[in-house]
Amino acid sequence: MGQTIAEKILANKSGERAVRPGQIVNAKVDVAMSHENAALVKKHFEELGLPRVWDPERIVLLFDHRVPAESVKTAQGQREVRQFARAQGIRHFYDMNAGICHQVLPERGHVRPGELIVGTDSHTTTAGAFGAFATGIGATEMAAVWATGELWLRVPETFKITVTGRFQKWVGAKDLILHIIGRLGADGADYKSVEFYGPTVEKMSLASKMVLANLAMEMGAKAAIVPPDGKTLEYVKSRTDKPFKPVYADPDAEYEKEFEFDVSGLEPQVAKPHQVDNVVPISEVSGLKVDQALLGSCTNGRLEDLEVAARILKGRRVHPDVRLLVIPASWEVYLEAMRKGILETLISAGAVVVNPGCGPCLGAHQGLLAPSERCISSTNRNFQGRMGSPEAEVYLASPAVVAASALAGELADPRGLRL
Amino acid sequence: MDRIRGRAWKFGDAVNTDVIYPGKYLPLTDPKEMALHAFEGVRPEFAKAVKPGDVLVAGRYFGCGSSREQAATCLKALGLGAVIAESFARIYYRNAINLGLPISVCPGISKGIEEGQELEVDLASGTIKNLASGESFQAQPLPPFVLEILEAGGLIPYLKGRLRSTRSRA
Repeated sequence: MGQTIAEKILANKSGERAVRPGQIVNAKVDVAMSHENAALVKKHFEELGLPRVWDPERIVLLFDHRVPAESVKTAQGQREVRQFARAQGIRHFYDMNAGICHQVLPERGHVRPGELIVGTDSHTTTAGAFGAFATGIGATEMAAVWATGELWLRVPETFKITVTGRFQKWVGAKDLILHIIGRLGADGADYKSVEFYGPTVEKMSLASKMVLANLAMEMGAKAAIVPPDGKTLEYVKSRTDKPFKPVYADPDAEYEKEFEFDVSGLEPQVAKPHQVDNVVPISEVSGLKVDQALLGSCTNGRLEDLEVAARILKGRRVHPDVRLLVIPASWEVYLEAMRKGILETLISAGAVVVNPGCGPCLGAHQGLLAPSERCISSTNRNFQGRMGSPEAEVYLASPAVVAASALAGELADPRGLRL
Repeated sequence: MDRIRGRAWKFGDAVNTDVIYPGKYLPLTDPKEMALHAFEGVRPEFAKAVKPGDVLVAGRYFGCGSSREQAATCLKALGLGAVIAESFARIYYRNAINLGLPISVCPGISKGIEEGQELEVDLASGTIKNLASGESFQAQPLPPFVLEILEAGGLIPYLKGRLRSTRSRA
């Protein structure tokens, strides 16, 4: 019987010839990533009383959630992690000048097709855009990984999503995945692995494939995998010297459910407060006043996202009642956007550019919301209180909708702009 | 495992980890401090009024969102006897077990229990009794190795025990 990508990777990593959904396997981890919460992982690891981590080469540590440190408590935690990385000989440590973990991992050559990646962050699924099985775990579990290099996993059932059709102008991956989440529900893929297929996905840039894998977490996915094509393999090879073997599904692989989506008539999509599956087309909410517009995050802070916003905002000014925040996903994106003049365009339009990191997405710092304020955001969560006050509202949408709304002062359809 | 007895605190569907434990408190490392902020934004009286042994009863998909285990740590530090829901988000489920917070999947539970009712929970058998109404519910039993982790008090004490026995065998 054929196997899906998730089944094959988990079989390889647990030394089995084949595995079936529901089976519990003990899998060997290829890459283990933690950000600021490495301070908590370290605390648990030290309780185990082991002198060394299992393999310092396979551990990646970085700071992105609160950079530069927004409090003494954070500064203290970051200091402890720096010292730990040094003491343990963890070479792949990136301080506050690298960017958001899910962007930095592939950029710095830590994502390879066919590998098992775990991270103490739910959006670790993002690395599935490169054909890896990548999933989020808690800090305690990560301490066990640091100690043993292994993790028990239940082999998930797999969903197959096939996408066809051509996007309209200003519509793209973010609209597609919001639409899918709206259809399947916030727990529609809980515990499942999701594989993405179809000509529309094949034509997407890697950055857009990362949007799918990132946001699939918001329908509960344990892993979200795009089979790697030539472009993906080329990118990975340009970033890592380590050998790897891409994994593809068998033609007779068994999927628990199969879904088909045609994007031809798809409008820009918006997730209303306070759940990511509360999705409607922009036409249902356009005209609502916004106080803040946020462009950035591990979902949509890449070069193509900033480029879209720059195309919309070039030569214009953000609405006087809107605060536009721009947060490049990584230092690499930041520099590239600077070289290309994108940052100049955005700053000239009135944007405040913040250093790469998670910023206000999780309510840590750099742009929180007051009660009764409304934010249009290219991030991935609109939970009550996530970006500041529990009485504030976060609407999620694509970079194009964020930029169009920043310009209009209200939720706006970029297709209606006269550019 | 011992039986748990306490009052029910009811929550709805898709309670996310930002609501359980706001992101601004993530840098805290002391579980007792974390406990003070559980559900702070949406139910500020909860952390003050909950008593050890009380049981949180929720609908579908409890603990969705961020992987932050503080959302389980804070409830354990409050002394909550168990969290019972119709279903859980997968990372939360694993975190609760790994931190030794008793957790149970029980379809139909949220309709059969009212806020404040006295419950008795037997985790090993999965039986949940509503002492106020006399009604009983059957939760999905926990797999034996999960019970072992819970009985050890979480993954770290469990692993410590195993590392010790590996060493003494060597």
